[in-house]
Parts: sequence; structure tokens; C-alpha cells
Amino acid sequence: MSETDESAAGDSPPVEEPATDEASSPAADDRSTDGESSATDLTELVEDDPETHTGDDDARYAPLEVEGLRKEFGGITAVDGVSFDVVEGTLTGLIGPNGAGKSTTFNLITGMLDPTEGTVRFNGEDVTGLQPHEIADRGLARTFQIARELEEMTVLENMMLAPKGQVGESLWRSIMPVTRGAVRDQETEQLERVWEVLDFFEIDHLADEYAGNLSGGQRKLLEMARALLTDPDVLLLDEPFAGVNPTLEKRLLEHIHELREQGYTFLIVEHDMDLIMDNCERVIVMHQGQILKDGTPAEIKASEEVIEAYLGGEV
Amino acid sequence: MTEHGHVSVVNVLRVDFTRYSEECYHVSLSETYGRYRRTLSEEPLAIGVILVALWMAWSLASGLLTGGIRISSLASLVWDGLLRGLIIGLAGIGLSMTYSILNFANFAHGDYLTSGAFAGMGTSYLIAGIGENSVGALLLVGAGGSVFGGALGIGVTTAPLAVVFGALVAGVAAIVLALAIDRFVYRPIRDESGIALLITSIGVAFALRYLLQFVYGAGVRGTTASGSVPRVSVPAIDGTFRVTAHDISLIVVAGGLMLGVHLLLQRTKLGKAMRAMSDNEDLARITGIPTEEVIRTTWIVGAGLTGVAGYMFVLWKGTLGFNDGWLLLLLVFAAVILGGIGSIYGAIGGGIIIGLTASVSVIWIPSAFGRAAAFVVMIVILLFKPEGIFSGRTTA
Amino acid sequence: MSVDGIRGRFGGIFERDVTLVVAVLGALYLAYILAGVAFGYGLRGQLNSIANLTFYIGVFGMMALALNLHWGYTGLFNIGIVGFMGIGIYVTALVSKPPVGDGAAQVGGFGLPLFVGVLAGVLAAAFFGLLVALPALRLRADYLAIVTVAFSEIVRFTMMSRTFQTFTVPDTIDLWLFSFDPTADTVGLGGGGGLILNYTNPLEALLRALFLWDPYLGFVSFVEANVISNNPKPVLDGLLYGIVLLIGVGLFYLLLSRTGKSPFGRVLKAIREDEDVANALGKDTNRFKLTAFVLGSALMGLGGILWYSSRGSITPPSFRPNITFFIWIALIIGGAGSNTGSFLGGAIFAGVLYEGPRYFKNLVQAAFELGDAPRNFGEAMAGFASLDPMPFILYTLDSVSQLRLVIMGVVLIWLMHNRPEGLLGHRKETASSVDLARSGTGRSAEKPTAADGGENQ
Repeated sequence: MSETDESAAGDSPPVEEPATDEASSPAADDRSTDGESSATDLTELVEDDPETHTGDDDARYAPLEVEGLRKEFGGITAVDGVSFDVVEGTLTGLIGPNGAGKSTTFNLITGMLDPTEGTVRFNGEDVTGLQPHEIADRGLARTFQIARELEEMTVLENMMLAPKGQVGESLWRSIMPVTRGAVRDQETEQLERVWEVLDFFEIDHLADEYAGNLSGGQRKLLEMARALLTDPDVLLLDEPFAGVNPTLEKRLLEHIHELREQGYTFLIVEHDMDLIMDNCERVIVMHQGQILKDGTPAEIKASEEVIEAYLGGEV
Repeated sequence: MTEHGHVSVVNVLRVDFTRYSEECYHVSLSETYGRYRRTLSEEPLAIGVILVALWMAWSLASGLLTGGIRISSLASLVWDGLLRGLIIGLAGIGLSMTYSILNFANFAHGDYLTSGAFAGMGTSYLIAGIGENSVGALLLVGAGGSVFGGALGIGVTTAPLAVVFGALVAGVAAIVLALAIDRFVYRPIRDESGIALLITSIGVAFALRYLLQFVYGAGVRGTTASGSVPRVSVPAIDGTFRVTAHDISLIVVAGGLMLGVHLLLQRTKLGKAMRAMSDNEDLARITGIPTEEVIRTTWIVGAGLTGVAGYMFVLWKGTLGFNDGWLLLLLVFAAVILGGIGSIYGAIGGGIIIGLTASVSVIWIPSAFGRAAAFVVMIVILLFKPEGIFSGRTTA
Repeated sequence: MSVDGIRGRFGGIFERDVTLVVAVLGALYLAYILAGVAFGYGLRGQLNSIANLTFYIGVFGMMALALNLHWGYTGLFNIGIVGFMGIGIYVTALVSKPPVGDGAAQVGGFGLPLFVGVLAGVLAAAFFGLLVALPALRLRADYLAIVTVAFSEIVRFTMMSRTFQTFTVPDTIDLWLFSFDPTADTVGLGGGGGLILNYTNPLEALLRALFLWDPYLGFVSFVEANVISNNPKPVLDGLLYGIVLLIGVGLFYLLLSRTGKSPFGRVLKAIREDEDVANALGKDTNRFKLTAFVLGSALMGLGGILWYSSRGSITPPSFRPNITFFIWIALIIGGAGSNTGSFLGGAIFAGVLYEGPRYFKNLVQAAFELGDAPRNFGEAMAGFASLDPMPFILYTLDSVSQLRLVIMGVVLIWLMHNRPEGLLGHRKETASSVDLARSGTGRSAEKPTAADGGENQ
């Protein structure tokens, strides 16, 4: 399995390639990356599935589909029959009280946990039960609830880690004199994009800092920037605003909106209801492991069940 | 607006639950990787283990039937393994408790055992040999050949007082040592990771072991008069196997102490606190259990048992060297892992299984590999059931 | 920032490293030479002393570097180092010892050239590394530690066991397509008695391969004629072997810093920091851990070969876990994570903790006329009865080879309390094959953003 992945990743051209030609504007850059090269990338990765991107031009194409997801820990059912899909180029919010199963759902989608039942389809391919790195390699990136920066690595190292298809990840290519040149070339190329993304998130002044020395909000930015560098189609953000001060929160939201306009797709877990209501075009409400309501913010606000669920325990 | 306010209150109330379930995720995360790998690489391994077990059973059965293996020699090996296992188990209780409550693998644990054994044996020498030899030579357990243990007639029947006091002093000395080391070495870095503590414990082990060598000398000395220990031959179908008075005293002491620990953990408030700590330290901290007190008790109980185990070990095998505890340590680790870290019953059961493995395995493999067999059992357990074979019940 | 500036920065780091290494080595050698002067050593004695110091600096430096790949880079807690070393040298011996006929008093080998033996030893260590790593790498760090130390003990039991003491080699070995007739009849691991390393002198084999053997002999006779008249070859051999080891250290360093400063090394670092994150970023962490572990094991095997191959014989007790812990202490002194630090740690450990106490004892004994040491601790303490500390001091000096292990333990504890990152552990050795400064690409340096982007410290 990993054999195929590797060769596919190795053979594919560096994904940023078309972008580096017009590097002046990060925005234009990202647009083209997402529109074209990720598609070619995917064809190569998922050769066995011709239907992979049938809906590519369709505005309502849903790259991520979750069906009947169930997870039991011992006797406790944390996620109970969850089904939804995430439409391309949208900001979808996943909310619910703590313990509703949001994070578990995330872990099930990204392969950190194996579901007891149900399937996860990504770009038409069944990715249920794949390892996290295999899923990430297919273009589904995530961030963590508590920012997990790589503390004793600099911000730059954190960022340079992320891109896919690095030839230098093969030990022999990295140490042999003949092949090391190619490794250096690719790294130099990749570095440009890293700096662009650092600029975009306005954390370029921290580039040489150890990630462990960053503030909580800066870590969140770093994490999102790093996830972006894996060149994903869909980004799963697990509570990206937790522990972030209001100024930074605003900035983070701007970045997310900007990226969405460039064509990235987001699924955001959050328990701050207002934040989700104000920013997402679609909201999924989870409660006790199940989906309570799935609709536009207006629909959610009007829903009796949701108010009940949020306030039920209190009254 | 008010609605939002309510939401936050609920959230605050539920934070604890989330944190708790976060931990569940982390546990099962590694589980998931494990399961995935297992399907790929471990089915053959599991089949291999079963095949080996079948082969062992068959070869034992055919050996017994054809007379290639005598039942009496098998019984002798089992008896030896059982006693060895009791020592490992007794020492393992302490290791298991500190492993789960302080959250690190203490590589100096074996040297606590040796320290206890030396202190205890010195006391026994002193009681048995006072008057005829110099006090220093006796306390140093005859370092440099100044006194020969065999001549003092140390044995549970010949010098019961020396043995009783020796065992007591062994326990107390190990406790004092463990508490002192904890105070000056482990406590200042209590909040560091388990790995940092593990590395530190390697330093402790080095310092302790070679201090023992400095004080007591490098030689392995005989401690008991092997001829004078009473023994009976127990009939076993095609022959007999030997049971000595020291075997019996080992069983009595080990059994008694294990029962004592059981009662301590089950019946006393402190025992309950210790069980709570080993289950979840953070939880124990916020519910107000005095953790330093629990830690101290852990060292007292664990080191005391270990010291006595060391003394009984030396009394039983009749020799004492500065390396004894270190050589036993990996077997003790094997027992603790087998039984599940934090479980005292697991440590006892694991000890007996490891002792039996190290002894009885010589039926199938060359005797040089007895200990290797025990290590292999440990490695297999770590691969298949890292939570131990008695898992599901921690500490209690 | 101009390209020159970057060069300057790089050069700065490089120079600092070189200065540091030179300073540490210089201090060590100076101390040993001064000690030699105090002992009244002649040139021969001095050279011997230097060769000895160089040997231990070489082997500990090499081993610490190899361990740094496992622990410093990848976070793999391997305390079975000595097992891989033992496998390396035992397999080399097995392959390269001259064959013996049936009924010979001692065990022989296959009599193949030494470089084949070395290669086989390294490959065997790598193979066993793979064998350990395949199942064990997903274990928690402390479990991996216990598994690896148990593994190294199993290796030692195997060396000691009578079962593997001797094998009889069949007269013809058929290997699928080809068969060959080994001249060896009895090979084996030698059991508790160990193996006599009676293959070609490794130094001679190396120099012959480089066509330097005859020039070297010429040099030896030159020295004999002009400098040291009394059989200088063993001394020169020792010195040369030390130099070979230092070259070995250099190659280890080169290999490992290339490994570290690459995308591969970056993933290893990420695994050390947080394996889940590396996995979530699309890295097949198991593959990286496996590769790193096998490479490290192979280097440990090679280190073991270089350590023991010039000895007359090897016995199982040399392969007790103590050696593993020595190497750990060396790495922690130098600072896990830094290659330069690893070597410095190895050198300091070798010069100060490993060999230092013995020199100190000799120094004291040379300086003062001291009587015989008491035979045991009791006699040592007896002096205090008459307020005479001398017996105790003598006993302490006499026990210095044991006490240095006590010192090592105390140093390890002190380091873990006060400086767990060692000498250079926290230094940034950036895991990349290129300089990551923005201006590294040249073109983007022109971008205005670079100006306000904050220059890198």
C-alpha cells in the first residue's frame, strides 16, 4: 500500500510548480494551485478510481462524504450514525456542546481512529480505515484542538516539513552526493512557497523562532499555515479559535475567508456558536454523538431542538 | 445574548468531561495504529506463537511418555521456578507501584534490592558471628574474604534470630535508601517526563551499584552453610525433588508480605488513595489526595518489599554479589509488564510466570537461554498485549 | 541579506564548531601530555598515552553520533547499543577468522578477507536492527528501552552459550544456483572463552588496500632509525589506528549531518517532537523510524567492529549493558540532537570520565610515595579509629576503576537535574539541505516584503 503511495508521490511534479512562476501575489498563486495542480495530483494518486473528480466543475461537488459513522469506546458510543458531506469551496461549521462527539468525528475522518461502523469518502475514494498519513496525502489536512506545533523545531522547519512529495524524504537521495543536488533544488523551490505562506499569515517575523516559544494564537496560525502547505483540498480545523485573543481571532477569520474564496474547503469544529453562525454558510449541530440539525445558520437559529440541546442540561 | 451566556456556563461545566475523553482518544490512538499494523504483520506472528506453544506441549508430552524427561526433574524445575517467581514478584510489587504512581521505569530498583540484601546479610553475619570476628568484617559481609559465611552457620533453623533481624534490616535499609534517593534525586525533577526520570534512574543505578562494590568488594561470597540447611526429599512418581527449609521460609515470607500489601491497599484509606493515584494522577491531585504522602508510602512499601525480597533471595540461593539486583532487574521488569504496570496482583502473577519460564524453559532450550526465554515472553506480551495479561484492573 | 551574508553566517556556525572541537580536544590532549610529563614518560610513553586517548575519543565519539540518530533525532530510546556492537564484531570475526580443520583446539572462521567480514558485520547489525524495529518501534519509549536492553542481553547470552560455541560447517554448501566448498570446518561464537581475533591485522589490511602498507613500513623503519630505537611499530600502530578512528568519526559526522540536514532528518525530528503530527502531515512515520533505526544499528555495528577489531580477542563480558550506558552518558553530556555535541560528549566522556580517573590515580601515585592499599573497605575504615585517613585514601585510589562508574552515575544525575540538554542540545541545527533564510532564493530577496519581514537572528 505505502509502496504505491510513495512512488506516486515521488513521480508527481512538485505541486507548487505552476505557482512559482507568478509568485508576486500569494492570492493568485493559491488559486491556481488549488484549481489545477491538485486535480492532476489526485488523478495520479487515485488512479484506480476514474470517477474521482467527476464533479470537479460542479459548484455543488462534495469532496468529503461521511456516511453512518459510528464509534464505540468500550461501552460508550461517542459517535452514533453520523452522516454529512462537505461541499467544495464552503465553510462548514460543526458545533455542539462538549462531549457531543465532534472531535471524535474529526479523528475518525482523518484516520486517527478507526470507526466501528460507517464510511468516509474523500474525492470519491473510500478512505475509511486508512492511516492518517495516507489520508493527509490524499489532500485532507487537519489541525488539532490544542495546537500541536513541533516545539523544538523552528517555525521554518515546521513549515518545510509539510509539503508533499519531497524527494529528500528518501534517506539515500538525501545523503548521496549525486542526488543531493536535486533535493536542494526542490527545497529551495519549496522554500519560496513557505515564505509566501508565512507572509500571508503574517508570521514571517517569527520564522527563526522555536515553535515552542510562540504564543497560543501564533501556534494556531502556524498550524494552519503548515496544514495549508500540504496542499490540501479540504482543511479540517479543530477549534481554531480556542485560546486565541480577539484581534488574532479576527485575523484568523479573515485568512480563512480569503482562502475559502481561493477555493479551499473548510470544516471547522467550534463550540462558540456565534462565531460559527456569523461565518459559516452551513452548520451541522451534533449532540450526544448524533447529528441534531444540519442547515444554514438561520435554520439552526430557529431550531427548537438545537436550543433545547444547548440549554437542556441547564434549565 | 443570554442564550450565549448560558451556553458558556454549560461549556465550562463540561470541560472536565472533554479533557477526560481526550485522554481516551490518546490511549486508543496508539491502539488504532496497533490494530492496523496487526492485521498486516502480526497474524503470522500470532500463528507462530501458537505453533511454538504446540511444539512445546508435544515435545514435553513425548518427553514425559518416553522417559526422556523425568517427572521428578520437571517437578524440581517447577519448584525452583515458583520460588524464583516469588522473589521476582515480591520485588516486582515495588517496581510496579513506582512505575504507575511516579510514572517512570526505575532502573535503580535492582540495586535497591542488592543494597537491602547487603545490609540485611551484614546484620545476620553480625548476629551469628559476633564475638569471634570483627564487627567491621561482619557488617561488610566478609568483604575481601575476611569472614566466610559458611562458617557462621547462617540459616533459618541454625540462626533464626539472625535471619529474622537480617530480613527486617534489609527492608528498613532499602526503605531509608529509597526515601533518601527520592528526596535528593527524584523529587526535584518530579514534573519532568518519565523518560528524563528513567535516564536519571540509570545514573542512580550506576552510582549505587559501584558504591556497593566499593564498600563490599567485587567478590561473590557464599552466605549460608549449604550443607546445614535442613531438607526433605519430596517423592514425585519417578524420583524425588528437594525442598529446603529456606524454600519454605521464602514461601512463608513472600506469601505473608503479599497478603499484607493486599490488605493495605484494600482496607486502608492510604491504600485507596494509592490506587486512585495510580489510576489517574491528575484526578487524584484535584480531589485533594496528598500526593507526596502517597508517593512516600509507595516508596516505603515498594522498597521495603524489595529489600526483603533481596534478603530472602540471597538466603535462598546462598550467594551474594554486588550485581545480583541488576541481573534480576530485567526479569522483574518482565514480570511487571506481563502483569500490567500498576497491578500488584499482576506483578505477583507475572513474577511467578517469569520465574517458571526462566526455570522450566530449559526443558526445551539450552540452559544458557533460560533468562532469554523470559525476556522473549516479555517482548511477546509487549507486542500483543502491552497493557499486561491481568489488565482491566489496575493496582487493585 | 546578501549571499555573502549568509555565507558569513554559515561560516560563523562552522567556525564556532571547529573552534569548540579544537578547544575541547586541545584541552584534553594537553592535560594528558602534562600528566605524561608528570609521570616522567619518554616520547614512547607519551605517544602511547595519546594513542590510547585518541582511541577512546574515537570510539565514544562514533557511538555517541550513532546514538544521536536514534535518540537525538528520532526520539527512539535504544538502550541495546552494545548488542548491535557485539553482533558487528562477532560476525566480522566469524567471517574473517582463518579456517581451522576438524578437531582443532579453538574455533575458526570462514577465512574471507577482512573487508568482507566488516561488511557482513555491519549488514548483520542492520538486519538485527530491522528485526528489533519491525515489531518494537510502535512501542512507548520506555517499553522500547526495556525491549532493546533485553535484546542486547539475549545477544550476550547467545555469545556465552555452549550451544553456539562451535558449529561444524558442511563440506559443501548449496545455495540455489551455486555451491561452494568452504575451507572452514569448525566455526562458532566461542562460548564463554570468546574468540581470538587472529585475522589479518586490520590496520595492515586497510593500508594494503590503499597501497600504503610499504610506505608505512618505510616510515616505521625511519622512526626506528632516528627517533625511537626500540621497536616503535606498536606505538605507531596505535597512533595510526587512532587517526583511522578519527577519520571514522569524521565520516560518521558527515553522513549523519547530511542525514539530519535534509527533509528526511526533518521528518525524524518531527517524529521526535510529535509523531501524530508528522503522521497527520502525510508522513509515513513507521517507514522513517524503521529506516533511522536500521541505519543507526548498522553504524553501531560498525562502531563495535572498529572498537574491538584491533583487540587480540573478544569475550562476552565486554558486551554487558554498561557500555550502552557509557554511550548514553556521553551523548547526554554533549547534548542529544546535536551532532557536534555528540562528538564532543564522546570526547569529554572518554577523556575525563572514562580514562581520567585512572590517570588521576597514577598521577597521585607518581607524586607521592604511597604504600600498599588495604585489601577491603573494612581495613580502609580501620584507619579512622586512629584518626589515620591514609588507608581510606589508598583504598579509594585503588578502587578508582569502580569509583569512576559512581562518578559517571552522579554526573548523569547532575546533568538531568541541571542541564538535561547537555552542552549543545538546544542549539539550532536546522534540518534542511539549504539555508532557510528568505534571501536564500536570491530573487525573492528583491521583494519589498523581505524588508519588513524581519531578518533572521
